[in-house]
Amino acid sequence: MEKFQTLTSTCVPLPIENVDTDQIIPARFLKATTREGFGANLFADWRYDKSGQPISNFVLNNPIYSGQALIAGKNFGSGSSREHAAWALAGYGFKVVVSSFFADIFKGNALNNGVLPVVVSDVFLLELFAAIQVDPTTTITVNLELQTISNNASGVVETFEINPYKKECLLHGLDDIDYLLSKKDAIEAWEKAH
Amino acid sequence: MKDIKQLRSKKQQIINYIIMTKRTLFDKIWDAHVVTAVPNGPTQLYIDRHYCHEVTSPQAFDGLRKRGLKVFRPEKTTLSPDHNIPTLLQNQPIKDLISKHQVDTLTRNANEFGLTMYGLGHSKNGIIHVIGPENGLTLPGMTIVCGDSHTSTHGAFGSIAFGIGTSEVEMVLASQCILQPRPKTMRITFNGKLKSGVTAKDLALYMISQLTTGGATGYFVEYAGEAIRALSMEERMTVCNLSIEMGARGGMIAPDETTYDYIIGREFAPKDEAWDNALAYWKTLPTDEGAVFDREITFDASAIEPMITYGTNPGMGIPIHSSIPKLEDIDPAGRISFEKAMTYMGFTPGEKIEGKSIDYVFLGSCTNGRIEDFRVFASFVKGRKKAEHVIAWLVPGSWAVEKQIRAEGLDKILEEAGFALRQPGCSACLAMNDDKVPAGKYAVSTSNRNFEGRQGPGARTLLSGPLVAAAAAITGKITDPKNI
Ligand code: SF4
Repeated sequence: MEKFQTLTSTCVPLPIENVDTDQIIPARFLKATTREGFGANLFADWRYDKSGQPISNFVLNNPIYSGQALIAGKNFGSGSSREHAAWALAGYGFKVVVSSFFADIFKGNALNNGVLPVVVSDVFLLELFAAIQVDPTTTITVNLELQTISNNASGVVETFEINPYKKECLLHGLDDIDYLLSKKDAIEAWEKAH
Repeated sequence: MKDIKQLRSKKQQIINYIIMTKRTLFDKIWDAHVVTAVPNGPTQLYIDRHYCHEVTSPQAFDGLRKRGLKVFRPEKTTLSPDHNIPTLLQNQPIKDLISKHQVDTLTRNANEFGLTMYGLGHSKNGIIHVIGPENGLTLPGMTIVCGDSHTSTHGAFGSIAFGIGTSEVEMVLASQCILQPRPKTMRITFNGKLKSGVTAKDLALYMISQLTTGGATGYFVEYAGEAIRALSMEERMTVCNLSIEMGARGGMIAPDETTYDYIIGREFAPKDEAWDNALAYWKTLPTDEGAVFDREITFDASAIEPMITYGTNPGMGIPIHSSIPKLEDIDPAGRISFEKAMTYMGFTPGEKIEGKSIDYVFLGSCTNGRIEDFRVFASFVKGRKKAEHVIAWLVPGSWAVEKQIRAEGLDKILEEAGFALRQPGCSACLAMNDDKVPAGKYAVSTSNRNFEGRQGPGARTLLSGPLVAAAAAITGKITDPKNI
């Protein structure tokens, strides 16, 4: 997994509430046996029409908006527990998803795949959407160590919560296997004692 | 006043201490395997034994390759292909190419990573959950995992055994550890004795019908009580095997003389001084009196009758002489799925299940594919004849079971009654090989899942113990074995 420390990025706004994992990656794309290649089908049913042509008014097809931060409406990632949703977001290139609420399982899946879900207040979210609408080059800065996010258009800063174990993993670019490998001494000590 | 307060808090401390020092079987094994506890995170648990089959492991080995890792403790992992293998002509190449590819991949991975594998044709090959205990690889006090939900089988020895996902298989291969949140504990006590003609499978099907398929979700279950203590090791394995069908993370039974008698002398079991040391440790494992479980349930074992399922999940079981529930007996929330199950099975709510004609009988699987199951089946069919229209698949759980069947002459008894033995594997339990029940046909099966399509597209499965299966094979109908 890649390290995550700070990120300053322009934003891709998706001001829709209750975006479920079926929208993030539709079920028909789950057959692959590897974790790669899901980014191309992120939000597939909003992004492409029946003939596979990009739908021009969907935000991912709008060249004005770009960046590694997805800003989404409340309750992002509900529905099925499929990890593919996180693979699709990571595969597309998102490193941060900002919302005022995330579904539990999605949050875990995202963290396991190097995507940081940042929970902000409703007011912060609203102001951020407004700022992006006024100026699409609006940036945010996320500092994981300090657990802060700032709206660089207004200068407003908020702190966010994250599980300390998961924070360590992200800061050092470690996943569960890396974590276990880093505990080799403890494992060997356990073996000696038993 | 102050003194009284102090005294009270002292008393509370003592009570807390007593509660803390009284530990369950689960607590003792879990605590002994904690390598580190991640602050505000999961526990890093050491794994003593890791079993692998061909279906859930390829991506895990690929992961190791991508990271340039070796298997950390190769001697603690044992491989056996079981899900995809044919039950006839195992000496010939597997015809189904996807199956062959999976089995070949397992062989390649075993060779590349230096792991022990009991491949096709090996005298130790068989269903992984059958061969582990058979060879003395499964022992009390162990933590045991496998990328397979029925890993719970091994809990019968007084071990913490549970199924894991492919990414966790990779963790175990890489570090001999996994990260796990600690589950809650539940004790299910069976008081009294089982009636004669009632098997461990009936006990389990009864329990699941009472608790439903989600009734133990989030819990690790310990089975206790007179009826459990009276079970043989193989019967205990049947009960623990089915824990997962009520959603439990795993099931376990405290080790006792029955356990030790079963293990002693098996190939990989400890010997001599190591045996004495192990035994002394195992005897400390049973749950302390007064230890607290998160949930306790009690059943009366003497009330249990021979069971059979009528629907499409293992919780839809009834005593064989009773009737399928009427629609109004079903909780309103479950009526739609009940009606769906009725349509799939071709049954009418409220009708009797006994006397219904069946087409297939499957004796086998990690639930009921061990020697005792074949003994029960053979003793019932002895001197009788298989119903002509019934197709019976008798599939030993391993080559060792097969050998034992022949050594005891059970094969002769079965043959005289019109049955033929097949070669070991998972077979019709999940029908990944050629042993598929055709659409619309009824199969009385000693396996563990009656889901739609589990035994083949459109197949209609009725789960039962080996005795009910034997009776069905003889009469060609659903029959209470007592009535023959
Ligand atoms: S016999 Fe059935 S349940 Fe057991 S391991 Fe094989 S497929 Fe799974």
